[in-house]
Amino acid sequence: MENRDTIIELKGITKIYEDGFKAVDDFNLEVKKGEFVTFLGPSGCGKTTTLRMIAGFDLPTEGDILLNGKSITGLPPYERPINTVFQRYALFPHMSVYDNIAFGLRQKKTPKDVISRKVGRVLELVDLEGFEKRGIQTLSGGQQQRIAIARALVNEPQILLLDEPLGALDLKMRKEMQLELKDMHDKLGITFIYVTHDQEEALTMSDKIVVMNEGRTQQIGTPEDIYNEPVNAFVADFIGESNIFNGMMTGHLKARFCGGEFACVDDYEEGTHITAVVRPEDVEITPPGEGTITGIVDSVIFKGIHYEITVLSGKNEMVIQTVHSAKVGDRVGMRVDPENIHIMLAEDHTNLFYADVNSDFRLEYNGHRLDTSLTAIIRGSRRREDGTVVDANGEVLEPGRVRILVFIQPDDIEMTDDQDAGLIRGTISNLIYKGDHYSYIIHTELEQDFVVDDEYLWNMDDRVSLLMPVEKMKFTLKHK
Amino acid sequence: MRFSRKSLGIPYAVFLVIFVAAPLLFLFYYAFTDGQGQFTMYNLTHFFTDPNTLGTLYYSFTIAIVTTAVCLLLAYPAAYFLATSRLQTKSVILMLFIMPMWINFSLRITALKEILNVLEGNLAMHPFLNAVIGMTYDFMPFMILPIYTTISRLDEALREAAMDLGADPVQTFLRVTLPLSVPGILSGVSMVFLPAMTNYVVLDMLYNSTYIMGSLIGSYFAAYNWHGGSMISLILLAMICLFTLLTGNAEEEGARGALL
Amino acid sequence: MAWKVCKRLFLILVLLFLYLPILLLAVYSFTSSTNIGAIRGFSIHNYVTLFTTPELTGMISGTVLLALGAAGIATVLGTIGAIGAFYSRRNASAFITTLNQIPVINADVVTGFSICVLLVVVLHIGKDSYIPLVAGHVTLCAPFVFLSVMPRIRQMDSSIYEAALDLGATPFRALMEVVVPQIVPGIVSGFALAVTLSLDDYFIAMYTKPATFDTISTYVVNATKGAQTSIKTALWALSTVIFLLVVLVVLVSNLRTRRLAAAQDGSLTR
Repeated sequence: MENRDTIIELKGITKIYEDGFKAVDDFNLEVKKGEFVTFLGPSGCGKTTTLRMIAGFDLPTEGDILLNGKSITGLPPYERPINTVFQRYALFPHMSVYDNIAFGLRQKKTPKDVISRKVGRVLELVDLEGFEKRGIQTLSGGQQQRIAIARALVNEPQILLLDEPLGALDLKMRKEMQLELKDMHDKLGITFIYVTHDQEEALTMSDKIVVMNEGRTQQIGTPEDIYNEPVNAFVADFIGESNIFNGMMTGHLKARFCGGEFACVDDYEEGTHITAVVRPEDVEITPPGEGTITGIVDSVIFKGIHYEITVLSGKNEMVIQTVHSAKVGDRVGMRVDPENIHIMLAEDHTNLFYADVNSDFRLEYNGHRLDTSLTAIIRGSRRREDGTVVDANGEVLEPGRVRILVFIQPDDIEMTDDQDAGLIRGTISNLIYKGDHYSYIIHTELEQDFVVDDEYLWNMDDRVSLLMPVEKMKFTLKHK
Repeated sequence: MRFSRKSLGIPYAVFLVIFVAAPLLFLFYYAFTDGQGQFTMYNLTHFFTDPNTLGTLYYSFTIAIVTTAVCLLLAYPAAYFLATSRLQTKSVILMLFIMPMWINFSLRITALKEILNVLEGNLAMHPFLNAVIGMTYDFMPFMILPIYTTISRLDEALREAAMDLGADPVQTFLRVTLPLSVPGILSGVSMVFLPAMTNYVVLDMLYNSTYIMGSLIGSYFAAYNWHGGSMISLILLAMICLFTLLTGNAEEEGARGALL
Repeated sequence: MAWKVCKRLFLILVLLFLYLPILLLAVYSFTSSTNIGAIRGFSIHNYVTLFTTPELTGMISGTVLLALGAAGIATVLGTIGAIGAFYSRRNASAFITTLNQIPVINADVVTGFSICVLLVVVLHIGKDSYIPLVAGHVTLCAPFVFLSVMPRIRQMDSSIYEAALDLGATPFRALMEVVVPQIVPGIVSGFALAVTLSLDDYFIAMYTKPATFDTISTYVVNATKGAQTSIKTALWALSTVIFLLVVLVVLVSNLRTRRLAAAQDGSLTR
């Protein structure tokens, strides 16, 4: 028996497009009546596709969508009691405000007097009383936005879908509309499913957030859960700003990452590979000798309510938000309270590192060129005739302003004695026997730790070079 | 079955197959058969060996080339002057260039004929000249419009940049404006060249009885010789395809479509 | 300065070349002379002949009817064709677009002859049935309607159609109430283009028309091959009437767009 409070349930939804691209992969979700649920993720993560399947514009390749316990998977959009607020509003430009809002009611053959009463009421709700006769072109962006919401709400849908509805508004309007939408949601009690790539928006408005990446659900939880207890490096990185490090448990409540050994509150077995997340506001700057680690101040940016200070400890980068300024070039110490270090099991032990994009749109790491280019690894990006590269949304990617986060699995890295053969050199600083292979931590010349799996035994403190094949790497784009 | 937008394409596709594709297929069939329905290459070999038809081909090319050249020489400066001028009445003048296209061509040629009659006394004295004047008169708007559109879409800043970098007005024109207006020229040329090879009525009306390619089809039509007519049609079609490939058909739709 | 004068002079000369014949004919159409050059007195008898000779009025109304009918059919076909092609899979869409391009680039002589071969010679459809003539003109016009509607569909925000579905409209109603109104400008200009193409056509009519029927083009071309002088000068009047009509249409549509623009400005600043 279905839970009575569940209004919509998505079961094993998968969407594969004709070109073979898997937009959504085994998506499962239950939404309760009256909830404000947000799908959050970078562009191309499958959030809009999922929304379109709920609305009925796209059909899932696999899986079932249940509304109040009944399957609506094959129902066309016009037979679903669900309405959508579109990204660019999709108001009918040849109709007045009144006709736009009345459109849905007229399809249901609602009597005229009822229509006019309902339109009046919904215009009041969005604070645009008296706008009935106005043409769409005469409205400002914010007003069009409100009309789009009114046009959907007037049909009293069981679920309101909002596809990045505030994306086209300027910052101030957006903040205002966020509060108003939240207000409307509380007042009407309608279930909202909201799509956005703006993590702040998601945290502000939602009861429940679904973080998505590459078609897969990463984490489902309340805004607090997602912010405080991200389940993996992707979520931690996407929600709020964070410093993320690969590391290993080195003792009871002790973790080694970022070139130092930190006390923490998460209890994992010694030798476990972990990902450590530290929020910038949780790092404390100390005099050089007193911190857990030390580094050199690389940049200081004044952000209004705080300074954003980047400290380099070797090649490890720590971003710190603090009310106290620092001087570039100063040696400083850094410490983090144990409860502010979020330790996650690095289930797949993925190695993360940043590669730079050179002026020719090729990737570089540690002075070596990686044999791939920006357009080859960012889906939808292309090189335009004028030589610039744009992403799928047509936004220009400047080599100096983006870098690439590279993922590579431990068993895809090979160690060699030939010091010049690999991308980077390092020293074996840790090794564990894992039954059928050894797991090594290589501390590199850039002070980063790489996890490498190998079936052969190497010795502690061996100097090795790491061979990392480009075809085994995965990439995501990061803006600086 | 539920109504879908895609299915709207079906009636039009059927229409195109019946009235565009099928007639061309039958042209093929008739071009390579004789009266008994037997396969023959006669129509093809005849066209390329008979001095009369070869003469017609030569005459068509001559008329088309001369007409196109004259049109271009008149239309390019006109379009260029208009597009780069700061005249208040620019759009009105442009409209004046377009308006003749909306008056039936046969009536316009009638008007021209009356004038030429007065000027020349006897039209039959200058058949070639009359043909070129008539076709230029008929087709020139089709040359002006695409060139004007291309030049007026050019970024003003390009010419200013050229001047800024030290090019004088003549160099600016030769090195910037002219090369960038080539697409407009090509589309104008294709709008004039092809009709000039086929529109034999203009010649007829101006008492030029020499055949051009179109007249051949007309005479085969009058003689109920579908096989001969089909072969000429095919040869014309092949030339049109070749010509379109050479000039790039991207601009084609824009030019004739720009009528309105 | 001299250069500027030269430029203007050139424009004026080209315009003169285009308009002198038409204007001269217009002047002489109001005289009783039968040749240009010999001025005689003012007379409107050419216009009387034009509008009272059954042969002429029949030919004119036939041409107009054919143009409106063929353009109407072509507009419906071309419009639904463009909508269908736009939303079809890539291959189907490419197929339609390619076939559509053939009559556009083809010489009218070839189009007319090929349709005559198929309908009259192969299928034995009599020219007297008017079917070949109408079919020919629709084939001439529909591709241009298609081309004038297509950009409008491309420009349209694709989510508008989805918004209508989302609000409960069936696909057919969404199409009629939301998509078609959006592309009306394209449909209207496509229709107007179709009318002018049909009015201006000679070759397709020539190869497909019934022997007893004439369009303005076929009639005029025949008349120049030695017709009565009264008919010849009545055609001057026809040319003048059409010229004035074109001027009128241009003026009215210009005024309308100006007024629309002004109205829009007004409502925006309000």
